[in-house]
Amino acid sequence: MADTRKPAQDFTLRIRRYDPESGEAPTWDQHTIKLEPHRSVLEGILQAKAKFDGSIGIRCSCRAAICGSCGVRINGQPGLACHTHLDKALATAKDGVIEVEPMGNMPIIKDLIVDMDAVHWKKVQRVTPWLLADDENMPEREHVVPRESMIDVTQSMACIQCGACVSDCLSMEVDPLFVGPAALAKAYRFVGDPRDTQHFERLKDLSEDPHGIFDCTHCFKCIEACPKGVAPMNQIMRLRRRASADHGIEDRNNGVRHEHAFTTLVRQGGLLHEAELLPRSYGGDSWFGKFHPNAGQELIDSLPVITKALLRRKVTPGAALKPHRIPKEDLKSIQRISDVIEARDERIELNLYITGYDEETEGAKEPNVAAVAGGGEDGAMPSAPGADPAGRTKE
Amino acid sequence: MKVAYWPGCVSRGFTPELHGSVAKVAPLLDIDLVELDRACCTGAGVIAEHNQELADTYNGRTFALAQQVEGADLMMNICSTCQGAQSESQERLDANAEYRAHVNATIQETDGISYEKGIVNKNFLWLLVEEIGLDALASKVKKPLTDLRVGPFYGCYIVRPTARLGIDDENPRDTYLSKVIEALGGTVVEYAGSHKCCGFPIITMNKTASLKQAGRHLGDAIDADADCVVTPCPLCHLNLDLQQPLAARAAGRELGMPVLHLPQLVGLALGLSPKELGMQRHVVKPTSVVDWSTSVVAGVGGDRGW
Ligand code: SF4
Ligand code: SF4
Ligand code: SF4
Ligand code: SF4
Ligand code: FES
Repeated sequence: MADTRKPAQDFTLRIRRYDPESGEAPTWDQHTIKLEPHRSVLEGILQAKAKFDGSIGIRCSCRAAICGSCGVRINGQPGLACHTHLDKALATAKDGVIEVEPMGNMPIIKDLIVDMDAVHWKKVQRVTPWLLADDENMPEREHVVPRESMIDVTQSMACIQCGACVSDCLSMEVDPLFVGPAALAKAYRFVGDPRDTQHFERLKDLSEDPHGIFDCTHCFKCIEACPKGVAPMNQIMRLRRRASADHGIEDRNNGVRHEHAFTTLVRQGGLLHEAELLPRSYGGDSWFGKFHPNAGQELIDSLPVITKALLRRKVTPGAALKPHRIPKEDLKSIQRISDVIEARDERIELNLYITGYDEETEGAKEPNVAAVAGGGEDGAMPSAPGADPAGRTKE
Repeated sequence: MKVAYWPGCVSRGFTPELHGSVAKVAPLLDIDLVELDRACCTGAGVIAEHNQELADTYNGRTFALAQQVEGADLMMNICSTCQGAQSESQERLDANAEYRAHVNATIQETDGISYEKGIVNKNFLWLLVEEIGLDALASKVKKPLTDLRVGPFYGCYIVRPTARLGIDDENPRDTYLSKVIEALGGTVVEYAGSHKCCGFPIITMNKTASLKQAGRHLGDAIDADADCVVTPCPLCHLNLDLQQPLAARAAGRELGMPVLHLPQLVGLALGLSPKELGMQRHVVKPTSVVDWSTSVVAGVGGDRGW
């Protein structure tokens, strides 16, 4: 087979330098290195370090995208330095220079090295990152786990703790107390494991934390950032569904009420009635919700905004009082759909990470989609719909 | 071009000026809107969080209705959040024939229709660039946005996750707002928050964090010397405009940054007045934009400001 490797070429790296102990402001250093284009940005940095400036701070260990220590930002995007090819990095460089910065949301120790202990590991510890098994009822030999359950947690198990998701989390940017994507993905790893006996306690704890599962804005940043396809946000959404639908846990951040109010209002009108959503999210999912003290307080706080909106006719009194609705016949369809689906004993969830993009079933005649059973008190476990490791085509 | 048009809830309820400006702009761009008035809310990701199948069935029904619109080239929405929720449902429905058949069985029973895999559903922003084309758009400009400094605010659901939304080197949809601003003759202002989250999804869960996000991005746009910010998402608009007085308090600084809906910006360049585009309804008075508009109009001797 012909050797398709390209010869070594020059690449220019712009590296952000910062030493908090020096008391000086961060600076940028530029170095030109020579390497084959398929080599990694990490190798480029190490060459610059060896050839030009031994004081460049970078952390790495495996150089094979498994230890998670070389997380940085390359041209503003999070990634593993050892797993990003120089030619790929050059393609996203604005001015022909590959820019490397430390990750965000964590204090900088030196140059490209951030303090993972101060933020990331502290948060991971927060979720009790080990299995809490039932010691008294231990099986004599190994604890056999249904294959589907393990498949269900493979995605969260793929995490290498690189912190890229934490670095990019937009909620954490404004609320450093947020438990955050990596730790919450880790939490699902145990909430999804049938051997763990403390699902309820874990979920209750994360629902009651004012900076817990309902602090996530659903911004997809962590999904984009993660080099391992862990999709932390999806794990957070699964935690929410488990907490509310399976265990009936009400969080203290109006999350569950908001979700129920939204679903109810769309069922009632086909379209959202925004003016009702707010009070119901605070005061409870019914017409009376707005008279709840919590809703009242919120209304008072929002009065200046509401008044202004009414004065400008952004919101008309008509729109505020009378919901816009879809035609009657269609509303009936919507309500029928809602009745049928909500009455099912089991939820159906399609996790494409697990089932993949399944063209083989194209000719399927009998719909037979496996359901995700609720992880109730008995610890019943989800059967991943159509779960088949071979069908896992999406990385 | 005929499109099956999904306006969403918020564009008709809390940001009526958005729906109104689309209706005015569409004919100028030769877009024939066939409103999907029988369809229901996309669920905004919230219903999916409650019950995925329910959200997918609602959206599958909407897609089926859109496919019934005769002669429509594609389906169009004007809300990033709708785009995000619809794309997510579509991804699941298209990926798995078994699941699709299961969802279709419910829709078939209620409405006698079903969804055929592969609907093309584009946000107004994508449609402008990919269907109308930047050159064609520029050729329709009557009042180029000369000297108007515009900060693009994309938000989340129209730029992430990139794979689901079909964003790649060939379709750099995460740069389209800038391209449109340029095609309209305006100046693009780059600032840190342009692709970040407006914070709206957690307004009822963690109000402080939510408003801090909005306030920070608006502050960045002000520091970058923008005259206004433009967004393709009415929900972003709610946090950035409606809540701006509170966001200013959360951010601990004065703001006062006008926030325009994308069709309003397009409308201005196509010669409509701020008033026709409902800009007087914004909580933050778009004075800079109106002044710009008035001065441009004064230059050509008209009187279409307000
Ligand atoms: S050690 Fe590494 S260097 Fe490293 S992969 Fe691991 S992450 Fe990269
Ligand atoms: S989706 Fe949630 S957890 Fe992930 S980055 Fe955004 S706010 Fe953070
Ligand atoms: S979830 Fe992904 S991005 Fe976050 S720490 Fe784990 S591997 Fe890194
Ligand atoms: S804007 Fe919202 S509320 Fe809306 S249709 Fe889209 S999702 Fe429904
Ligand atoms: S909801 Fe619009 S950007 Fe977050």
